[in-house]
Amino acid sequence: MAIDIDLLRGIPYFAGLSESDLEAVGQHMFEQTFQRGDMILMEEDTSEVIYFVVSGAVKSFKTSIEGKEQTLCLLRSGESFNDVPILDGGPNVASAVAMTPVLLYGMTRTDMEELLQENPAVAMNVIRVLSKRVRHFVALVEDLSFRDVTGRVAKLLLEYAADHGSPEEPHPRLTQQEMAAMVGTAREVVGRSLKVLEDEGAIRMERHRIVVTNRKALQELGGVVS
Amino acid sequence: MFDMPIINADLCNGCGLCMTVCDCGALVITGSIISVHETDECGYCTDCEAVCPTGAIQCPFEIIVDDSFEQSAEQGFGQ
Repeated sequence: MAIDIDLLRGIPYFAGLSESDLEAVGQHMFEQTFQRGDMILMEEDTSEVIYFVVSGAVKSFKTSIEGKEQTLCLLRSGESFNDVPILDGGPNVASAVAMTPVLLYGMTRTDMEELLQENPAVAMNVIRVLSKRVRHFVALVEDLSFRDVTGRVAKLLLEYAADHGSPEEPHPRLTQQEMAAMVGTAREVVGRSLKVLEDEGAIRMERHRIVVTNRKALQELGGVVS
Repeated sequence: MFDMPIINADLCNGCGLCMTVCDCGALVITGSIISVHETDECGYCTDCEAVCPTGAIQCPFEIIVDDSFEQSAEQGFGQ
């Protein structure tokens, strides 16, 4: 199937390229499709391909030895992944799974190197994309290493749980995105914090409920003096 | 009645990404926007909220307290 040049135009790596340059890029690309739940990449494996999401959503994540998962980012139309191994020749830095049926454009390492050497505009675009990603990951590292996000989520839940609700005033409801905004972090980090609190026995996650099962444990985790 | 994801029709751009991430068929395109069908198959995974590029889907959690653990712990300590 032919590569859609209009779709290439919307990919930040190829922003500002002329029609003929885009057509040349398209000749080095190939299509790949995945079904929801398919593993696209495994961390530490070797892969010689950079991928661009054409449609659908891909989750990039790391898994610990104990099997705990940390989402690094969600990738949607126009975004690339597996950029680093293509540039440094090392193994995949993260795993990637298709969250939906996914259509990807791929390009091999050799073709990408050739493109970068021939077209400085693409090289500048790559630097911009990677710089933006470094900012995202530095913020994530900061959250996970230096800031006690779990403690702040615990404190937030305590504050909301204090309002027991009534027919006139129902129980408070918060989305994970709202919690993230309230404690100043990313949604991915809130998801991880809730799992930590559940593992500690302070809360229980039910379908659409967060049940505080042990307020004392939550107070300790949140650094709240009772 | 089940609590289901909430759609803000004003923000929905009809891209359908949420529909493809959902494995219970709770989300369907009606016209050019997503609507929700109530189903007990929905496990409230919140993936639809996570993938939505415009923030049009919300999966709010009710925050409640279950004192039974603390009460049983206190009774245990009192014995």
